[in-house]
Amino acid sequence: MGKIGLIIGREYLTRVKKKTFIIMTILGPILMAAAIIIPSYIAIKSSEKEPATSVGIVDESGFYDDVFVSTDRIEFKYLDSGLAKAKAQAISGEMPYVLYIPEADSGEFPSKAVFYGQENVGEKLKTVVTNIMSNKVKDTKLQQAGIDSELLKSIKTNIDVKSYKIDETGNEKRSYNEISQIIGYFAGLLIYMFIIMFSSQVMRGVMEEKSSRIVEVIVSSVKPFQLMMGKIIGIGLVGLTQFLLWIILTLVLVGAFGSSIIPKETNPIEVVNSVAPAGNEQVTDITQSIASSGVASDILNAVSSVHIGQILLLFLLYFVGGYLLYASIYAAIGGAVDSEDDTQQFMWPVTIIVLIPVVLIANIVNEPSGPIAFWLSIIPFTSPVTMMIRLPFGVPTWQLILSLLLLFGGFVVMTWLSGKIYRTGILMYGKRVTWKEIIKWIKTK
Amino acid sequence: MNIIHVNQVRKQYQNHLALNDVSFDIEKGSIFGLLGPNGAGKTTFIRILTMITAPDSGYILFNNEKLDSHNIADIGYLPEERGLYKKMKVGEQALYLARLKGLDRDTAMTELKKWFIKFDITSWWDKKVEELSKGMAQKIQFITTIIHHPKVLIFDEPFSGFDPVNASILKQEIINQRNNGATIVFSTHNMESVEELCDSIVLINNANIVLDGKVKDIKQRFGTSLYNFDIEMFDDYNQNIVEEMKHKVDDCLIKDGHLSGKISLDKYLGESYSNVSDKHLKAETTNMIVNDLIKIGNIVTFNEVLPTMNDIFIKTVTANKEEK
Repeated sequence: MGKIGLIIGREYLTRVKKKTFIIMTILGPILMAAAIIIPSYIAIKSSEKEPATSVGIVDESGFYDDVFVSTDRIEFKYLDSGLAKAKAQAISGEMPYVLYIPEADSGEFPSKAVFYGQENVGEKLKTVVTNIMSNKVKDTKLQQAGIDSELLKSIKTNIDVKSYKIDETGNEKRSYNEISQIIGYFAGLLIYMFIIMFSSQVMRGVMEEKSSRIVEVIVSSVKPFQLMMGKIIGIGLVGLTQFLLWIILTLVLVGAFGSSIIPKETNPIEVVNSVAPAGNEQVTDITQSIASSGVASDILNAVSSVHIGQILLLFLLYFVGGYLLYASIYAAIGGAVDSEDDTQQFMWPVTIIVLIPVVLIANIVNEPSGPIAFWLSIIPFTSPVTMMIRLPFGVPTWQLILSLLLLFGGFVVMTWLSGKIYRTGILMYGKRVTWKEIIKWIKTK
Repeated sequence: MNIIHVNQVRKQYQNHLALNDVSFDIEKGSIFGLLGPNGAGKTTFIRILTMITAPDSGYILFNNEKLDSHNIADIGYLPEERGLYKKMKVGEQALYLARLKGLDRDTAMTELKKWFIKFDITSWWDKKVEELSKGMAQKIQFITTIIHHPKVLIFDEPFSGFDPVNASILKQEIINQRNNGATIVFSTHNMESVEELCDSIVLINNANIVLDGKVKDIKQRFGTSLYNFDIEMFDDYNQNIVEEMKHKVDDCLIKDGHLSGKISLDKYLGESYSNVSDKHLKAETTNMIVNDLIKIGNIVTFNEVLPTMNDIFIKTVTANKEEK
């Protein structure tokens, strides 16, 4: 144990001290905090009362004389002064935008409009105006066709679909499919990135030892298997350190900046903290109690409707399992080959397998309990990424347990095989290794 | 007394036999040469001795006990293909390698400091290995090989990559280690250094030992019974004796009043006495030759032409090949 401890220590310390590690550790939380704060910030900002934008209307056609109704955001003013004067108002800044609707050709509806303003007109304002105009034209046409205007109003009904998850105890919980999708995508890609990033570091580490020939000195002091496991564990701990630092720093950043940007009662930290460890009943209560407090808290509700604590814990478990599984494969590849070029022939099958859930991410998200999602989340090679995508939608406990058991079982089997390949490979120089040979290495006792 | 006893060690790889029931002994406190052409099985033997691989059959005794993983600390190994972690600092790395050999941190530190001062390289401690030249890196590696005071030191081509100055420092250090009681196993193709350093050798070819013993004995065994001589002739030398001598001497040269050439004992005695491996007869014959020579002049040189280890190596390996 003493020697494997030394190896773990070296692998860990040399990597943690590297500049790239420090930079990644700082950049990651900034990006993640930004991803959490900015949408909430925007939601709050857009819900706040801003002075309405004034739009002057010069309607030469007279067709739209009653449809432009001011709202909180846009104040429409019909101008009778004519286009030239209105333009002058736009130039002086008195009226930020002027909408000019020229007279239409005879027999047709006026369907053209021009904006004048010192600044480019926003896409949103354009859409509002377009909608108003096209609705007016549509309504007029329908009326001409003999359809009653009361009937027209009754046709336009807002459909509101919400979904609720019901658990065994009968508790209902508002579920936010869109948010689950986003979290699923994010967690799936993040775990994929983490697994590949750190397990390929194992491969590079092994190749470095082999190509610098230091491996022969080291295996005269420790067993090859100890060296391999020491490296895998050491680098795995680097991954865990990075992940934990990301979580802690992200929470600190969100706490620091979030509270100054977002009003106190909707501080995400508070919501996350109070919701994450709580049981379902409380989640429902809290969800209901703050459901009415505006758009911003609505988003936060959605986020908190997914168990952040559970996701973090399972992320760690699946990262450890998936990393160990792939790291032992990569260690064997690194041991078998002589140079970077040779890695390709062994890398592509691994790359394809690890990419399967990423490629099928849309299918998994659309049908998170379907057969594809199920099987991919049970098979060890694809389970970490698939499970992370499925998790926000809710996964039965028995599936989680089965998939984790298979994942760690797969790691044990894979490490045993890899150890054999590694042991022979690291002392083989100057020979292009084939698949056939690797199978022979596995067979030798 | 033998520190290492190799008994019937056999190692078979997928496609070839690397060691074919090899047996030999290494005497404690000696410098032992492990010789052989490329691919003969030397590295395989070293890897078995360092416990990197295990033999298929046979065993090795270390101090009369079966070689075991606790002997790792007793062995220092400098492989032919050597390297260090390029991005790691010299001191840190030396410390790491020393601790892997079982030294505790403090002892390793003290020992390393001593060596860094001795080799005058203390300023390298915080440098990265990639900043060092090849020769500098080799020095570090040498230190990490001997740092834990191993009883057996294995050097695989230790002088490759060293300039003559550093090579001679290294050579002296190897001899120092031996004088301090370590046994040196020395694998090389450089026959000059074998001649200079080794007490005894084994020559492995195609997985078998084809030659072993003390260097001195082997050279005698391969003796050619050929003598080099050079005499400064008297002014009034006997013309007849000289003429007679000329017939018995190869490469005879008379120049500036000197007579020189090579004398073969067989030829000198005639066909009937061809068996000069008889020590007594050999001594008698050389005395007789010297007697004849001093009649002509003063002897400047008279010595047996001994084959170099290089000659012996080539001769044995080629003969072995022809046999096959």
